[in-house]
Amino acid sequence: MDAPRPTAPADPRQATPLRDAGEPLLSVRNLSVTFPTQHGPVRAVDSLDFDVHRGRTLGIVGESGSGKSVTSMAVLGLHTGAQVTGSITLDEQQLVGLTERELNRLRGRRMAMIFQDPLSSLHPYYTVGEQIAEHHRVHFRSGRAVARRRAVEMLAEVGIPEPQRRAGEYPHQFSGGMRQRVMIAMALACEPELLIADEPTTALDVTVQAQILELIARLQQDRGLAVVMITHDLGVVARVAHEVLVMYGGRAVEQAPVDTLFAAPAHPYTRGLLDSLPRLDDPDDAPLRAIPGSPPSLLTPAPGCAFAPRCSRAASAAASERLRCQTEPPVLSGPAGHASACHLPTYEGAPS
Amino acid sequence: MTTATQPLLSVRDMTKVYPARRRGSAPVRAVDGISFDVAPGETLGLVGESGCGKSTTGRTIVRLLEPSSGSITYDGHDISHLSQRELKPLRREIQMVFQDPHSSLNPRQTVARIISDPLLVQGSSAADARRRASELMELVGLIPEQIDRFPHEFSGGQAQRIGIARALATGPRLVIADEPVSALDVSVQAQIVNLMERLQRELGLAYLFIAHDLSVVKRVCDRVAVMYLGRIVEIGAKERVYTAPAHPYTRALLSAVPLPDPAAERARERITLLGDPPSPAAPPPGCTFHPRCPKAQDKCRSEAPVLRIAAPGEARQVACHFPEAA
Repeated sequence: MDAPRPTAPADPRQATPLRDAGEPLLSVRNLSVTFPTQHGPVRAVDSLDFDVHRGRTLGIVGESGSGKSVTSMAVLGLHTGAQVTGSITLDEQQLVGLTERELNRLRGRRMAMIFQDPLSSLHPYYTVGEQIAEHHRVHFRSGRAVARRRAVEMLAEVGIPEPQRRAGEYPHQFSGGMRQRVMIAMALACEPELLIADEPTTALDVTVQAQILELIARLQQDRGLAVVMITHDLGVVARVAHEVLVMYGGRAVEQAPVDTLFAAPAHPYTRGLLDSLPRLDDPDDAPLRAIPGSPPSLLTPAPGCAFAPRCSRAASAAASERLRCQTEPPVLSGPAGHASACHLPTYEGAPS
Repeated sequence: MTTATQPLLSVRDMTKVYPARRRGSAPVRAVDGISFDVAPGETLGLVGESGCGKSTTGRTIVRLLEPSSGSITYDGHDISHLSQRELKPLRREIQMVFQDPHSSLNPRQTVARIISDPLLVQGSSAADARRRASELMELVGLIPEQIDRFPHEFSGGQAQRIGIARALATGPRLVIADEPVSALDVSVQAQIVNLMERLQRELGLAYLFIAHDLSVVKRVCDRVAVMYLGRIVEIGAKERVYTAPAHPYTRALLSAVPLPDPAAERARERITLLGDPPSPAAPPPGCTFHPRCPKAQDKCRSEAPVLRIAAPGEARQVACHFPEAA
C-alpha cells in the first residue's frame, strides 16, 4: 500500500475550466421512455430536456422510480423493448434511432458509463487487464500488445498500485473501491468525451466514496470530460455537480445551477428533501421535517402533479389552487437558468 | 460512567471469531474485544464501514450469535452463553429491527401474523395477539384495517413500520436497529427516524442504532461508538465525538461525508484516506488503522493502542497513541 497522505483538495469544480460557452456536448430534448408491461404501458421518463457541456458535471437526483437511471440508459441506447422518443444528440449526432451497430461504435469510444455495482459489471472469468484491453482492440483495432499496454496505463492513471501486476488479476481479487477504479479505467480507456456515472459510490464506504469522487473530478479536469452524475445523495450532488436536475415520478421537477438549487429551491419536493435530511452541521433538537407518504408508482400516475399527494404547499393552498395541482400537470418553466415544474413555486424575491 | 443508574446492557471485552473456512486461511476476528454500556432509554450509535464488525456486534448481543469470549450482561444477568431455552424470556426484552424490511418480513404471512408471532411464541392467545397487533399498527402509523394484507402491498417505509411494530410486540426495553433506514428512499428516511424517536420517548426504549450513515446517527443518538476492524476506536457523548473527534479515523470519516450544501462543501477541509479498510482476516500489526492513518508513527506500527479516556474530566474514550487535542 502507498504511504498514507492527508490531502485537503480544493473544490474540484473551481479548477475546472469554464468551457461551456460553446455548444453542449450532450443535448437531450423532449426525451420520453415508455415500457410495455402486462399492466399497460409505463412511462418511466416523460418529456425531459437537458444539456451537458464539456468539462461540466450535471447531477441528476431522484429516488427509486424517479427515472434517473432509465434516462442514462436511454442516452447510451441500452433500452431494448422500450419506446424511446425525442432527441438525444452527442456532439450534434442524433442517437435516437441508431442501429445497434452504429451505437456500438459510439459506446465506450465517445460515451461511457459506470455503474453502482462494479462486481456485476465485470466479467468474473477474464482478468481486468484483458477486459480493459478488449475495449481498445475493438475500437482502435489495436494489437494485443498495444491494447495490453494501454490497459496497464489506464490502471495506473486511476490510481491502482502495481498496475502491471494487477492487470493480470481477476475482479474478485480487488476490493470494492479498487473495482470501481477498474470500471473507470475501462470506461475511459478509449477516451470518451461523455461519462455517465450511475450511483458510482452508493455501494462504497464513505472514505472510499471520497476517493472515487476525487478521482472522477481529476479525470474530468485532465480530459475535459462531460459528466452526468446520477445519485440519490444530495451531498454527492453538492460536492461534484455544476448543474442539477431533480427528477420525480419520471419528470424533471427542478433544474438549476447547483448553488441556486441548494440556496433557493423553488419546487416543494426539492425544498422538502433538503429539509428532511439529517445534517452533520445542524443542531439535532427539532424533529426532522419529513415528507409524508411514499414516492409515486409509475403504474398509476397521478392526473396532475406527481408530487401533489405529498405536497404541503398544495395541501395548504386555496381550494382552486389545490384542484389545479391535483388535475393539471405543471409545466417546467421559470426565470432564466432556474426552471421548476410547479403551480406554486417559490422563487427568491418573488414568493408566490 | 456517563450514567448513574445501572446500565441496561453491558458488554465487556466481547470478541466474536469466525473459524477459518478452509485449511490454511486464518480465522476472522470480526469483533475484537469491545466494551460499552447502554443505559435505559438511551441511544448508543454504532458506526463504521463495511466489515468493521458493527452488525456482528448487534447480532451477538441479541444472541443470534454466541460470543467467543467476553461477557454480555443484560439488566444485571450474564446472557453470554445462555441456551436457546434460557434465552426465551430474554427475547421479550431485546428485539431487533433489520435493514431491508421486505426481506426481513415473511412474504407469505399477513401483517397480523407477522406482528403477532412473537406474542404467540411468548404464550399469548390468538385473539389477544391480534388485538395487540392492531394496536401496534396504529402506534407505528399504519392503518389497522390493513392488518390482513401481505408485505408486498406496502411501500418500503410502511414495511419498515411493520418491522418496527413486530419488534415492539413483546414490549422490549432494548431494540437493536441494524441500518434501519439505509434501504429506504431519502424522502422516507426522515419519517422512520422521527417514528423511532417518538417511540423511544413514549415507551422509554433504549436503542443500539447501528448505521454507516453518520448524519442519521448524529440525529438519533446520545452517545456514539466508532468501530474500525472489530474494535472501538472512539466512544463518547455525541457532541464531543462529532464536534471534536479525537481519533484520526473519526476525523477522516466525518470529513468524508458529503454535506448537502455546495458552499459548505467548497469551504471545508477534507481528509482523504488512502486505500480500503483492510480485511479482518489479516489485520495489520499494531494499531490496525496505521496503514491509512495520516499521523502514523513507528509506535503505531508495533503497538496496539488501548481505549482510554481522551482528556482529563471527560468520559469520551479513544484508542490512539496520538489523539487529536480536544
